[in-house]
Amino acid sequence: MKPPPFSYHDPRSVDDAVSLLSTLENTKVLAGGQSLMPMLNMRYVMPDHIVDLNKIENLSYIKKETDALEIGAMTRQRDLEFSDIVKENCPIMHEALQWVGHRQTRNRGTLGGSLAHLDPAAEMPAVCAISDAVVRVKGPNGEREIPFAEFPAGYMTPSVEMDEIVTSVRVPCWQKGHGFAFVEFARRHGDFAIVSSGALLELDAEGRIVRSAITVGGVGAAPMRITEVEEAISGQIGSEDVFKEACEVCRGIEAMGDVYASTEYRQHLAAVMSRRALVKAYDRALGGDN
Amino acid sequence: MGETRNISVTINGKTYQEEVEVRFHLADFIRQQLGLTGTHLGCEHGVCGACTILLNGESARSCLLLAVQADGQEILTIEGIAPSEDELHPLQEAFRDNHGLQCGFCTPGMLTTLLEFLKDNPDPTEEEVRIAISGNLCRCTGYQGIVAAALDAAERLRNQNVNQIQ
Repeated sequence: MKPPPFSYHDPRSVDDAVSLLSTLENTKVLAGGQSLMPMLNMRYVMPDHIVDLNKIENLSYIKKETDALEIGAMTRQRDLEFSDIVKENCPIMHEALQWVGHRQTRNRGTLGGSLAHLDPAAEMPAVCAISDAVVRVKGPNGEREIPFAEFPAGYMTPSVEMDEIVTSVRVPCWQKGHGFAFVEFARRHGDFAIVSSGALLELDAEGRIVRSAITVGGVGAAPMRITEVEEAISGQIGSEDVFKEACEVCRGIEAMGDVYASTEYRQHLAAVMSRRALVKAYDRALGGDN
Repeated sequence: MGETRNISVTINGKTYQEEVEVRFHLADFIRQQLGLTGTHLGCEHGVCGACTILLNGESARSCLLLAVQADGQEILTIEGIAPSEDELHPLQEAFRDNHGLQCGFCTPGMLTTLLEFLKDNPDPTEEEVRIAISGNLCRCTGYQGIVAAALDAAERLRNQNVNQIQ
């Protein structure tokens, strides 16, 4: 298990990286390496060129703007995990990060790398889906923005062209005091989730749900929003029963099945985990503990 | 031999100037080229945690880094954690005293992982220790001895710090 031979490039700017990508053939972009390196070691991928983004400055930052966080693509998951700005303004991202791999991999893994790799069970794409994040990419023709709803083109395939790289992500923040929860089911902490679910809720003074977002990960080809649940709970006072009934629709999701978990099991878990996420998020919204 | 680069990397306080093949991962470089075989290689795809090293003080899997990426960086491996040739680090002592190892294959990764963890969290709960070592596989001990060793080491390190302050 050793990487195949390749040429190594470590550009110092985004423009240099883009020009390498648009002139070289069969190239892979190396960010944190926590997915690409295993794939190289096992020779799942055999690129002729590796373009390493780690020497590019100014791709690692967390900035608070009026109603959103701007996060550089090469920001390490560790830096997001320990960021007070993230914890305060996007608490669901902070909570989801506790489930991302292990400390050793979060020290290296990046936000942009996780999005570009787009594992169906990965937590950061789920957080982007639930937050309606916007992914900024740069290519030879300049920058463009991709709303996260249009970001997954298919299984582990982002809608990023071969000569483009992800440069930053804009994550809109919810109102202060909103309810949030990110829950996951895996056999061992840090393993790929069999199913994950995230929930965001905003309530009125009577405790009625005025705004919601719910995702499940590990079920379809990419993390997905469950808009039927969002619609079903709109205007309702939350309770275990209300959420349980609303989440039953998850049993009808077209789900993946593999040797680890069958389609039916993932559908069942999607209903259970989304209900748990909603209950937790609703309690937090009532308690206002964030 | 494929494409190579010259790198300069400091490991356990010693600086090495080496020509390295760009496709070499850091663990192979440390073991094969530098002969520091304390860093173990289990799965080589980021699952077992045996090859964990500290890169500029942060734990990382050396099988998931290219050796060229270590150019100009500081690395600590298992060989570098004891204070001297005759003394063990309190973490090593705690592992010895609590049966924290049997075959010893996972131990280098356990120790480097816990070194960073105990620095950030000097008084952890058992559950926090279990989460901290969740990325390190052990096939002998059933983890009980390792968890006990980590908690014991935390106490030894806290006492050591108190003594140093006094």
